[in-house]
Amino acid sequence: MNNKSPVSDASQTSGNSNGRRGRRTAAPSPWRADAQPGAPKKRKPSRRDESGSIRALNPGWGYVFTAPFFIMFLIFGLAPVVYSTYIAFFNWDPLELEHPFVGFDNFALLLDDGQFWMAVGNTFSIWFFSTIPAMIMSIGLAAILRNPNLKAATFWRTILLVPNITSVLAIAIIFGQLFGRDFGLINLMLDIFGFDRHIDWITEQIPSHIAIATMITWRWVGYNSLIFLAAMLAIPNELYESASLDGASKWQTFRYVTLPQLRNTITFVLIVGTIGGLQVFAEPLTLGGNFNGGDSRQFSTLTLFLYEQAFVNNKWGYAAAVGIMITLIVLVISAINFWLTRRIASEDSK
Amino acid sequence: MSVNLTKDTDFDFDESGKPMKLKRRRTPRWRKMSLASYITLALVALLSVFPFYWMYIVASNGNEEVSKVPPTLVPGPRFPEVIGDVFTANPFFGWSLFNTVFVGTVVAIAQVFFSSIAGFAFAKLNFKGRKLMVVFVIGTMMLPSQLGIIPLYMLVSELGWINTLTALIVPALVTAFGVFWMRQIIDAQIPNELLEAASIDGAGVFRVYWSIVFPIIAQSGFVLGLFSFLATWNDFLWPLLVLNDPQVFTVQVAVNQLKSSYTLDYALNMGGAFLATFPLLILFVVVGRRLVSGVMDGAVKG
Repeated sequence: MNNKSPVSDASQTSGNSNGRRGRRTAAPSPWRADAQPGAPKKRKPSRRDESGSIRALNPGWGYVFTAPFFIMFLIFGLAPVVYSTYIAFFNWDPLELEHPFVGFDNFALLLDDGQFWMAVGNTFSIWFFSTIPAMIMSIGLAAILRNPNLKAATFWRTILLVPNITSVLAIAIIFGQLFGRDFGLINLMLDIFGFDRHIDWITEQIPSHIAIATMITWRWVGYNSLIFLAAMLAIPNELYESASLDGASKWQTFRYVTLPQLRNTITFVLIVGTIGGLQVFAEPLTLGGNFNGGDSRQFSTLTLFLYEQAFVNNKWGYAAAVGIMITLIVLVISAINFWLTRRIASEDSK
Repeated sequence: MSVNLTKDTDFDFDESGKPMKLKRRRTPRWRKMSLASYITLALVALLSVFPFYWMYIVASNGNEEVSKVPPTLVPGPRFPEVIGDVFTANPFFGWSLFNTVFVGTVVAIAQVFFSSIAGFAFAKLNFKGRKLMVVFVIGTMMLPSQLGIIPLYMLVSELGWINTLTALIVPALVTAFGVFWMRQIIDAQIPNELLEAASIDGAGVFRVYWSIVFPIIAQSGFVLGLFSFLATWNDFLWPLLVLNDPQVFTVQVAVNQLKSSYTLDYALNMGGAFLATFPLLILFVVVGRRLVSGVMDGAVKG
């Protein structure tokens, strides 16, 4: 809950958070610092002021000033996470007084649970439909916005951010109607373009994933293009000038000047998008109207499954195990992402 | 903050490295904005605002109009009636709006304050264990928020906060994201010399924070506050769990409850969504540009 960054709201974000989303979120990306081409080289500092801090100010206040954060975080952030790991090993029904210890049973059951795997599959499918096309679109938009001769630049940038401020719930209500089978505007448009089969965007599995992915994409494309734009503005105009003098085409300029500088930003957006994507929840909840994720669970997601187990079925231990699995998946994907980026980076510098 | 890189250069360098004036030339090819680019932008802009317009269309026409083929694309006369229906279906809807503004404002102010004092300490005070703590803060941003949700729910009900706005406010008072963001801002915007000078003049740490640091970072703090406010306004998951009395609902929960009636009433839902969205759109007209620069600063600063 308290990871409410504008990004983690992606799903909720903020996310989430909304936090996903949040969101959610551009969290400042810690691993970008060393990658800025224009950034001044770090001076070799003297041992004394290495920390860049003020000696004249009493450092002891550092503990006082950071205490509210740490206390709040320990109580409402860390303790619940630790306790969650604990109850994952119990058969924990909140309505019962006894909570028997069951060891790894919850995890074993989970790995055998078809509904869990269905949720895993749906989550990744929605993630795929919402990440890859959105990434391409936002890089393309950023490339247009990067042009120094663009008229009314602030207007375009601002209007792109409008979808991001809306709640996922409102988006899901609006798009749920637009995707309606009989009177939805989207099917009517498809009809005009000659597809006379009326797609049921809710009961059919892949169409329902596309509908949910559309909501996520709509919400995040503008936001992500601003992130990419910020990275592109850090590329000096001179590089474009000289590419242009060398007779590079627009595509070549993009491919050989712009794209290589975006590697870190792409990793960042991918990781944030993945964390948000694994927390997708409000869209399927609103689309289906309950925690099942559709009549045949066709768009049940991991987070929706967690909530269903916890707050519909009262299986808290089981739900905690789902939470741990989500975290493991996030960590594994982040690690793969890091590894891939570093590999690509080292190959480029050969 | 950011260097203006979009400035037109009229200089180039000759072989010996001396600058030489170039003759004014026509716009170089890489800077030409094609018509296709503008059309693309216009299309994306249209798609960005259309769903909001559509929300108003449905809410102002009612269900029958929208279920016709082809559907109407202009606003109808029934908007006041539909909004009235929303307040009939949930007499506490106005309260929900008030609750949301209240929670959002408290959370935003608290986040700006707590994040900026902690960020100040992390950026400028040389206390033991500082670096390790910063790494810790970054690490916590990676944890998915639902991992701890069940114990958090247990804790909040143990404290007797179910059905109170406290359950929304207290856990959100300060976040790792806010602290890290403010640390980056203070690190980048406040020169050490300024603080040295002030502290030599005998100002205490809190005094330095309040009269020197805070005025400089007020703009960025405002952006952080806006983001917190938006996140709180739009949060849905957590309020849905801890609130079940319509009097304490936030606006998202109130909108969600409109759906619970057994027939699907699109106009009613859109009316609710409209009430939940319109204040944000107004806010966005006023502060949208600041949000844009906030998003872009956050992206590069790290």
